[in-house]
Amino acid sequence: MDIDYQRCEFAYTPANVPEGARHPVVVVGAGPVGLATAIDLAQSGVPVVLLDDDNKLSHGSRAICFSKRTLEIFDRLGCGRRMAEKGVRWHVGRVFHRSDEVYSFDLLPEEGHQYPAFVNLQQYYVEGYLHERAQELPLLDLRWCSKLTGLAHHPEHVALTVTTPDGAYTLDAQYVVAADGGKSTVRALMGLESHGRTFRDRFLIADVKMTADFPAERWFWFDPPFHPGQSVLLHRQPDNIWRIDFQLGWDADPVLEKTPERVIPRIRALLGDDAQFELEWVSVYSFCCLRMDSFRHGRVLFAGDAAHGVSPFGARGANSGVQDADNLAWKLRLVVEGKAPHTLLDSYAREREAAADENILNSTRSTDFITPKSAVSRLFRDAVLQLANEQPFARKLVNSGRLSTPTTYADSRLNTPDADAFAALRPGAPAPDAPLRHKGIEDWLLRHLGGDFTGLYFAGGEEDAAVLRQLEALAQEAVPVRILAIGAGGFEDSAGLCAARYDATPGSFYLLRPDQHVCARWRSVDLQAVRAALARACGKEAIQALPEEMEHA
Amino acid sequence: MNARLNVEPNIADPDAFYELLVDSHQDLSDAQSSMLNAQLILLLANHIGDLRVLREAFAIACANAAQSSA
Repeated sequence: MDIDYQRCEFAYTPANVPEGARHPVVVVGAGPVGLATAIDLAQSGVPVVLLDDDNKLSHGSRAICFSKRTLEIFDRLGCGRRMAEKGVRWHVGRVFHRSDEVYSFDLLPEEGHQYPAFVNLQQYYVEGYLHERAQELPLLDLRWCSKLTGLAHHPEHVALTVTTPDGAYTLDAQYVVAADGGKSTVRALMGLESHGRTFRDRFLIADVKMTADFPAERWFWFDPPFHPGQSVLLHRQPDNIWRIDFQLGWDADPVLEKTPERVIPRIRALLGDDAQFELEWVSVYSFCCLRMDSFRHGRVLFAGDAAHGVSPFGARGANSGVQDADNLAWKLRLVVEGKAPHTLLDSYAREREAAADENILNSTRSTDFITPKSAVSRLFRDAVLQLANEQPFARKLVNSGRLSTPTTYADSRLNTPDADAFAALRPGAPAPDAPLRHKGIEDWLLRHLGGDFTGLYFAGGEEDAAVLRQLEALAQEAVPVRILAIGAGGFEDSAGLCAARYDATPGSFYLLRPDQHVCARWRSVDLQAVRAALARACGKEAIQALPEEMEHA
Repeated sequence: MNARLNVEPNIADPDAFYELLVDSHQDLSDAQSSMLNAQLILLLANHIGDLRVLREAFAIACANAAQSSA
């Protein structure tokens, strides 16, 4: 029996507040992004305080679509398999116009990945599993009922005023991560704003409990007979819950539309008069596409909805937030450990601002198609949909949401540009997964990458033993590099997909960041070039070739 | 200027094309005419395919539209 995470209440315990303590990192907000950030820090050895203003997890299913990349991050955080096992796996989306299917897409048409393209999983399960993982970590100090009410930014620290049922106290932090949602208190206390576009449309979410035989696919209707003139989206969730999302138009009354008297007939129109179902959760929402100008303000880093917002079409909200956490945690760790300059945190801001721009662009385009803003925009939309019934080309123009994919940090200063030619990936790209075999047991590549920097070496040449001996030195660096050799008697590229997805030849070497993004690669190992790339990826100035005497010192 | 949009005469029988264009709208309401134009733009744009060529065509038409009387 599953725990009812929506109804869990966690006990407030008075914080132990030693005088003059300075915490390396305080994370504000225990949603998916704050929990992921805090878990990542704590499991890699950084003590972290996580504040939340109430003592409950998510109410309502909210974000339900978790992408392959997000599951891979959760795997690194120690709870990916649970999420994938509980979630409803899907990879196919279908788009209907009126009664006809006009387009379908497959988000993961190839084999050889540990995780599916997407799982649908209620946000309260995601938070529940993350919370249980958080409780396993002695360095993670989660404080419920601890509301941030003041923030003073000093040169060497940030002083936070935390108000609890016992009164207020001050918490000093070297760095603060604001993961406190779209209405971010941190952002407000600092007098900062997000900028962007608001869309004049309203949508109704109805989560319905029922037994139904729709497949585990994403179904999207434009102008269906059961909800004329508007769009409808259907998703399957675990526990026989179905998410139905009805477009209502801007003039809809958000309070009235939430009442069962209004919601139930809309559902009956879709399911038929005989359908047996219970209403699980109802919400009416509108949305904007916006972001803060900068995700870093001194010692305060903004992540998730606090930093950026998108429409729900494309599942780019929670997924991009978890990817913010993935990008930020290792950088914060290196900075607080004194192993990287604080300017490394600027790369968090630049990389994730670019990711937010990509997400906002995709989300805005989808929204312009789903919610046309002018008569001529509507005309083209309807023209596309009509053509799509018969003409294959028009189906590609139908946009019911382009689903979340991880961002390649193509322009990041942490990348070392390629000196050798590769026909797959590029510096800044997330590492793709591939099946491996280890001592006869099936395994996955991504389970062995990340946390620390990883050097992925493709064996097969005559020099393997000598090169691997040389690479051992990298484990002794201040920022160590763990070496994973493919094909040197340890891990076997059982399906050949590892070499194929990395376009690797014997002797090829990839340097991967702790967040599993590629930062440099070569056709053969040159230790000096690897050290320079490592320094660059830690935000140190690009190091020129070391002078001879230092090399021999 | 590396022009890729062909603006030189390219239709063998220009008068027949123009007749086709106007006649196609003959019995249509304004709304139907708009839909016809929209679908033609989509069909022909897909045939051209090259976004650089399309951008050139859009730039010429947008500049003229901005100058035309309201």
